[in-house]
Amino acid sequence: CNKMIITIYTSHIYKSIKTCHMHFKILARTPLILPSLLLQTSLSVFRLQDFSVKRRFSDFLGLHSKLASKYLHIGCIVPPAPRRALWVRVKVGKEDQSSNEFVEKRRCALERYLMRTVKHPVLLKDPDLLQFLESPELARAVSTQALSGAGLMRMMNKAADAVNKMTIRMNESDTWFEEKQQHFENLDLQLRKLHGSIESLVCHRKELSLNTCQFARSAAMLGNSEDHTALSRALSQLAEVEEKMEALHNEQANQDFSLLSELVGDYVRLLSAIKAVFEHRVKTWQKWQDTQILLQKKREAEAKLQITNKPDKLQQAKDEIKELELKVSQGERDFEQISKTIRKEVTRFEKERVKDFKETIVKYLETLLHSQQQMIKYWEAFLPEAKAIS
Amino acid sequence: MAKIHFLYNKMSGTSPRAVNVDLQTDATLQVDISDALSERDKVKFTVHTKSSLPNFKQNEFSVVRQHEEFIWLHDSFVENEEYAGYIIPPAPPRPDFDASREKLQKLGEGEGSMTKEEFTKMKQELEAEYLAIFKKTVAMHEVFLCRVAAHPVLRKDLNFHVFLEYGQDLSVRGKNKKEKLEDFFKNVVKSADGVLVAGVKDVDDFFEHEKTFLLEYHTRVKDASAKSDRMIRSHKSTPDPEGLKSLFFLKVSELFEKTRKIEARVAADEDLKLADLLKYYLRESQAAKDLLYRRSRALVDYENANKALDKARAKNRDVLQAETSQQICCNKFDKISESAKQELIDFKTRRVSAFRKNLVELAELELKHAKGNLQLLQSCLGVLKGNT
Repeated sequence: CNKMIITIYTSHIYKSIKTCHMHFKILARTPLILPSLLLQTSLSVFRLQDFSVKRRFSDFLGLHSKLASKYLHIGCIVPPAPRRALWVRVKVGKEDQSSNEFVEKRRCALERYLMRTVKHPVLLKDPDLLQFLESPELARAVSTQALSGAGLMRMMNKAADAVNKMTIRMNESDTWFEEKQQHFENLDLQLRKLHGSIESLVCHRKELSLNTCQFARSAAMLGNSEDHTALSRALSQLAEVEEKMEALHNEQANQDFSLLSELVGDYVRLLSAIKAVFEHRVKTWQKWQDTQILLQKKREAEAKLQITNKPDKLQQAKDEIKELELKVSQGERDFEQISKTIRKEVTRFEKERVKDFKETIVKYLETLLHSQQQMIKYWEAFLPEAKAIS
Repeated sequence: MAKIHFLYNKMSGTSPRAVNVDLQTDATLQVDISDALSERDKVKFTVHTKSSLPNFKQNEFSVVRQHEEFIWLHDSFVENEEYAGYIIPPAPPRPDFDASREKLQKLGEGEGSMTKEEFTKMKQELEAEYLAIFKKTVAMHEVFLCRVAAHPVLRKDLNFHVFLEYGQDLSVRGKNKKEKLEDFFKNVVKSADGVLVAGVKDVDDFFEHEKTFLLEYHTRVKDASAKSDRMIRSHKSTPDPEGLKSLFFLKVSELFEKTRKIEARVAADEDLKLADLLKYYLRESQAAKDLLYRRSRALVDYENANKALDKARAKNRDVLQAETSQQICCNKFDKISESAKQELIDFKTRRVSAFRKNLVELAELELKHAKGNLQLLQSCLGVLKGNT
């Protein structure tokens, strides 16, 4: 196990009036053994390490792209990177509410992404990841633009894969995989539904906050026009309480979002990574099967050639068969390897998922708790004012 | 859709007597609504009277009345010149179940498309909502009668006694088109008049002050009432996260279910203590404004009568007629002023005490619910943190 802790800070760099780049400063602390690329040594050294590097958003996407291409097809669940929003208006130079919120949301998402990635025991050893964390200069990640040529190619490949998947039917000899796939499909549905509910919860709470604000103002005015002094004061106090409630509701809505909604969103995306991994297993099986079929054909061809008198063609056929036999056993080994990896990965994923949800839900409940405590404080302060009306 | 019969019996539930008005219960005349029945498009209230007054044939009796009959009674007060100097207790609003009924109907239509438990759950919620509206409308009709019964002059009104005692249907049909049109014009004239009359400088500072206060207050109450309504509606509609049930934490989904119920209760209590209070005083402040309007009208009439008298004296024609007319106007104005002053003072007292009561209760209920929520959260957290 490793306890690397990632913290991400944001900073802006102004290149010109028009272009403002957002940089993320990654602070990675680890108290444990870590092979370091910089030291060019395979011996691990115990040391307390603080890496601090600056990265752009596209760098994160590039990292994910590299890791996915290396590890997905062997069965590792590579955590997906935060999505690049297609329409983003980050106002240059202006400090305004919505762009601040956007930056904060992105920062949190990147932090969660990187934390999940470094928690993965296989990925942590990857040289690309280490370079990402340590090296001050990083080659600019290309083809991570959402609508770039490469991006479009990726989308088309995904579509082609989807079509292929529909035509592959695998003889599943291992019920574990079938069960797990079903389990993840159900989980996916449930999480999506949950995500929808949470979003609507956030919406409603924001609306409640708004309405409470308007009521508070109205109550204040009512208090102003009331000519009975004690009642007037009580109404003003009521207005103040409602104002505080408005702030509470707003804050709670933010927590709803940042804790719950984002967590569930992350897991919906993680589940699609799992889906991809299962699909790769099927592809691996298919490749193995195809090689076996090819071997069979070659053997039949060779048998035919035995009858005819063509010694060099026969030798060629025998060589091809030998090659294919090797390929077939490789294919079988690959398939067994990916199955084994997936089992390990899924077990690890489930453990992590439970822990993750539990931690977040506990944190979330604590925010609710705090809210209620504040509410009690406010109403307790108001009660004597109401009683003082005579 | 089946007919909805809601039988409301005072004995069985908590007293619905509206908390908006703090009334002294007087042994000589006690009125309440002991029972109510909601049918397809009307509500039948059982008005129960207990009285030691000699005017009535028995000491205790009940009649069945519908909403239109309450309106008739209210209008008869308003139209009675004798009561020009009093704040007429505002008429209860028409029972409005349309929204709720529509929802129940939609639910019935959509029965096939949802699971049995979803259906029963929604049905229970909608029925509870319907029942709450029903209870409220009963309370509002009751408070109207109680206000009349508590008023030293109005309680003696003959129409009121007929309303309470006459066993048969009062055959009060709703206003027909012509009458509604007349009403409409009367209101237009009244508001036009109101503008004219508002300009007349008042002799008595007390009334001037009251007038300004009430005008402003009325608009503010209207505003506050509308806003509190919206706030409460959004409080009511906060949904609870579905789908958590499938995950590890059954406890958490239970928790959310319970807190949602508490939130619903908070919304209902806020509705009762705050929104209803504001709505009621909206209507009463309108009634108070009407009183002031009548007084101003009487003042204008008095001043016009004075002018007419001066003219008559100058021309020395119809002097006696002018004198009597002026005397009548003077008397009317004095009578209204005298009783109006007391009425407005009473109004203030009533208002202050009602607000006090409701605000205190509102605060206490909010505290109760927040503490309930807190306890639920603490116990759930305890369980979650306990088993690692």
